[in-house]
Amino acid sequence: MKILALDSSGLVASAAVIDNGLTIAEYSVNYKKTHSQTLLPMLDEIKKMTELDLSTLDAIAIAAGPGSFTGLRIGSATAKGLALALNIPIIPVPTLDALAYNLYGSDKLICPLMDARRNQVYTGLYEFKDSKLCILEKQCAADIAEISEKINALNRETIFLGDGSTVYVEKLNDLIKVKFTFAPASCNRQRAACVGALGEELFKNGISQTAAEHAPEYLRLSQAERERLG
Amino acid sequence: MDTNNDVLILAIESSCDETAAAVVKNGREVLSNIIFSQIDLHTIYGGVVPEIASRKHIEKINQVIEEALNKAGVTLDDITAVAVTYGSGLVGALLVGVSAAKAISFATGKPLIGVHHIEGHISANFIENKNLEPPFVCLVVSGGHTHLVIVRNYGEYEILGYTRDDAAGEAFDKVARAIGLGYPGGPKIDKLSKEGNADAIKFPRAKVDSSEYDFSFSGLKSAVLNYLNSCEMKNIEVNTADVAASFQKAVIDVLVEHSLAAVRQCGFTKFAIAGGVASNSTLRAVFEQECKKRHIEFFHPSPILCTDNAAMIGAAGYYEYIKGVRSGYDLNAVPNLRLGER
Repeated sequence: MKILALDSSGLVASAAVIDNGLTIAEYSVNYKKTHSQTLLPMLDEIKKMTELDLSTLDAIAIAAGPGSFTGLRIGSATAKGLALALNIPIIPVPTLDALAYNLYGSDKLICPLMDARRNQVYTGLYEFKDSKLCILEKQCAADIAEISEKINALNRETIFLGDGSTVYVEKLNDLIKVKFTFAPASCNRQRAACVGALGEELFKNGISQTAAEHAPEYLRLSQAERERLG
Repeated sequence: MDTNNDVLILAIESSCDETAAAVVKNGREVLSNIIFSQIDLHTIYGGVVPEIASRKHIEKINQVIEEALNKAGVTLDDITAVAVTYGSGLVGALLVGVSAAKAISFATGKPLIGVHHIEGHISANFIENKNLEPPFVCLVVSGGHTHLVIVRNYGEYEILGYTRDDAAGEAFDKVARAIGLGYPGGPKIDKLSKEGNADAIKFPRAKVDSSEYDFSFSGLKSAVLNYLNSCEMKNIEVNTADVAASFQKAVIDVLVEHSLAAVRQCGFTKFAIAGGVASNSTLRAVFEQECKKRHIEFFHPSPILCTDNAAMIGAAGYYEYIKGVRSGYDLNAVPNLRLGER
């Protein structure tokens, strides 16, 4: 099956085409331009470069949240428009799961961190067991101290990745009591190929939505709602 | 249906708190006009909350597009081009429509046309007035805009005047809140005014010194608030209907005076109104009467085309399409886009 994958949940805009276990194309940009200006031109480039016939796509995998609210919506609205026009389903891939998938096969504890501002991160804890991504702590919004405690309690060597690991490097140095490292440049940010590869697994396990049903999973209320609820 | 020469525009609008899609044929015939209004969601906050609006847009966007296609009895194959509002408006809200429209354009290979929201409001007049052609003067009044515009030709605009502070509709909302009517203020003040005396309280008619055609409504709003305060201090009971009617008259007087002066100066015989506030029944009646006196033809859209909708974007998009305007896949939302700019 052929999957188009998109991730615009953070600073990186990334698009990829996965065809039966092979990445045909992947295009990632980590630059200050807005995703609205980059994402579709990148897709267009992929289409031209790989002579992609869009009608041969089976599904669209999207990093479905959490992440930047606006970034998530640019990706989701793009996926929804494509899926509507092509009449194919959307595979919602949890952003942090896809980020952890970068470190496929690692025997360490995997902790993706996305800066969520207000002293918080979007994070989760993962490990690979029998070549499967296993979720030890489901993706959530948490204080850096909270997730650090959980890591210390598990008492396992940990790899950090994601923009949050750069922002909170000093705090991690202070708080983490186990041995830890940071993933290298080749695999320390969101990549659409990971969204696509994990999406393919999810799809085979029956996870998909119609284009109309799909909406991002923000993991946070809007500020106005938070303030109203006190 | 012979569709060979027909231009069918799929139009999308999500600039504020309505998620809307429409199919418009040849710029003037509306085949479908679907609007999902979020107003109930925002009422408890006393105004539109951008993040909540954006979240609702993404939930509803496909549903309104599919409904617009179904109701029009067409598929994306039948569509000639996709038009979308890309400014002005709330950036997060605009981005939902813009991203979806770009994706549909990309997936179908149909051309994409970015449309200015105000251009859409003005073009709403073409839909029900089949004979209306430029040039004419148009007053666009809504919760976010107060613009006096010369429409020289299709897609050619010259801004004569605009508000220096609050939009007319914004003043309605703020005054409505102050007299306890709640959000949205426009229709509520319109209704209550009918029970009040418009000459009961003398509120100021603001002029902007340097510019004959610009508007300013914040002074009027403050005058209403001061009046309410002073009544409270003196323990005088406020007649809210009189306040509503007097305030409304102060707004309408200025809108009418500036608009008709502009029509006279341009030497045109046609004048149109557009935007949410153009639904105000007193505003319409006064313009009707004043235009008749001066032998000016007066145009206005039905209320459903005054509110934010996508049919108006389809009408504007059609004229841009036949002029050859096309947008690229890098089309971005531009919250402060000026009318006539690209």
